[in-house]
Amino acid sequence: MRKFIPRVGLGAFLVFLMIPIYWMITMSFKTNNAIQTSFHIWPAHWTVEHYATIFSDPRWWTTFVHSFEYVVLNMALVLPLALPAAYAFSRFRFLGDKHLFFWLLTNLMAPPAVFLLPFFNLFHTLHLFDTVFAVAICDTLFNLPLAIWILEGFMSGVPREIDETAFIDGYSLPRFFIRIFLPLIRSGIGVTAFFLFMFSWISLLIPRTLTANGAMPFAQKMTSAISMSGIDWGILAACGTLSIIPGAVVIWFVRKHIATGFALGRV
Amino acid sequence: MDSRPYTNMAWLLVLPAALLLVFNALVPFIAVINYSFQHIYSPQAHLFVGWQNFEEVMHDPEVIHSLFRQVIFTAITLGIEMPLGVAVALTMPRGGRWSGIILVFLALPLMVPWNVVGFIWEVMGRGDIGLLGKFINDVLHINFNYATNGPSAWFTLIIMDVWHWTALVALLAYAGLCAIPGAFYQAARIDAASRWAVFRFIELPKLKGVLTIALLLRFIYSFKIYAAPFTVTGGGPGDSTTFLSQALSTLAINQLEVGEAGAYGTLYFLIILLISYLFYVVLTRSGVSNEESA
Amino acid sequence: MHWISWMYWLLPTALFFGGIALLLVCMGIWEAVSPTNFRQGYIIPMKTTRGDRLFISLLSMAYITWLWVGVIPLTKLILIPIAVVWIATLVLIG
Repeated sequence: MRKFIPRVGLGAFLVFLMIPIYWMITMSFKTNNAIQTSFHIWPAHWTVEHYATIFSDPRWWTTFVHSFEYVVLNMALVLPLALPAAYAFSRFRFLGDKHLFFWLLTNLMAPPAVFLLPFFNLFHTLHLFDTVFAVAICDTLFNLPLAIWILEGFMSGVPREIDETAFIDGYSLPRFFIRIFLPLIRSGIGVTAFFLFMFSWISLLIPRTLTANGAMPFAQKMTSAISMSGIDWGILAACGTLSIIPGAVVIWFVRKHIATGFALGRV
Repeated sequence: MDSRPYTNMAWLLVLPAALLLVFNALVPFIAVINYSFQHIYSPQAHLFVGWQNFEEVMHDPEVIHSLFRQVIFTAITLGIEMPLGVAVALTMPRGGRWSGIILVFLALPLMVPWNVVGFIWEVMGRGDIGLLGKFINDVLHINFNYATNGPSAWFTLIIMDVWHWTALVALLAYAGLCAIPGAFYQAARIDAASRWAVFRFIELPKLKGVLTIALLLRFIYSFKIYAAPFTVTGGGPGDSTTFLSQALSTLAINQLEVGEAGAYGTLYFLIILLISYLFYVVLTRSGVSNEESA
Repeated sequence: MHWISWMYWLLPTALFFGGIALLLVCMGIWEAVSPTNFRQGYIIPMKTTRGDRLFISLLSMAYITWLWVGVIPLTKLILIPIAVVWIATLVLIG
């Protein structure tokens, strides 16, 4: 009995989490007519017409391509910069280290809405407006500090004796870092990459401000489709369903480390 | 104490990251402050106006009301999510076949793009096509419509936020619970401690660090919230669910009040900076990170 | 100057940011010449380094300015000597 009640509570909570997602997924397989005129927990007639529209109309499927492009670019930009920085914070003391670290974190805290106008002006000046590069660079504002914070936590969990032994054995810093240290924090890097993916993938405000039709991400496409007259519920549900698939896939690979990752490597 | 070597050569390792952030964080922030002291009509026509934008923003009822709404919304949602998240974490099996699957399901809402979170609850809350709205209207017979009724809109947004973010607290608390050595529990069993005593005197103290991180992260993301409420209610009905970020983006993008938006952004950032600094002091001064990894 | 015009620089804000930058450089040199000790001062109720005190003084000065601008419709120039005294006091004995 002492085990039974908590299990039921946990089950109920998970059901609460899954119902809205279930509702969206089943909705994406209903016709618009069925969505609006009948109320079925389980679709009466299954249809894939909404998915067919998304995959055949370039105005829809290219938005997913854009989102993937800036997410991947962002990861490629952040990881090589964050790894050495996190190593420095975890292994050395230096002039202004604590203040620099806090300054990095303030960028994580900054509301994107504050930066909208200067970003808009800056990327216009650089002729990068409406490109995936602009979004990828802007997302580093939050992702770079986050990556440094998480990686620093994981790196601090590796005993410093390992570094010292390697240097006595004649390893140079870059060679030690790549051959010995990176494999040791593999899971930390995996979790960090997962968070970088996630935080670029889920945001709306920055990509919405920095793109027009040329590099529009799916999030903005969905938002603009809502504001048009007559909401196409089915296609939006299909789009939303597609948008949670990448997250659900990557989460499976990092499931063992995800709790530690959310604790920023600090448990 | 801290035995790490002191060397300013470490700056070389940090420099690339720092330079990128100077470019895309510091420079834009300086620009925001520059804007806040001017009226800007076009690149040719801009005028220094001193503190006028700040005075206007500070006395603007829309700004003050959205700050109040933001504080209330953050307080309510964090007040639900923190205890609920800890409760969920306590019920989770630590290890075993099921724990991986439960973690995946738990983390799933966190992976949903923020505008899709909004879309999901926009649908769920509707009286005609949504489960929640239909249930409240037809089964409970309460008139519920988030598009026209303020309390309905608030209820929808709060349940959405709880749905979206409770798992973050739960995952953090779970990570903290998993790090408690089994010996602590054995000692408690020998002393025949009650479940409550185990929680109060063993688990809760060990969770202090992760819960501070949870509170910090939840506070930050709550104070920045934009996409989800924007998608569900668009800030309405009226402006009853307009929070800080949305009020600011309306000022900056829709009304093109560059100077006022700059002043607003500066003050907004100052609030977040102060509160986050207090959390950061608590987090680092209590020696949480070093203590627990050791 | 096209690449910088979007920032809309002004003399007062340029002086302000220049002052902050100079302050940071001076603090850096001071730290290199005579390292700070982590100590309890007279005003801030916790142990701080010199850099912590500078940050706290700047942040609190921002809030003092906010209060002044919001509440007292008088000259803002008086804030400059207040800021100098406040920052110096906190950094030295805070």
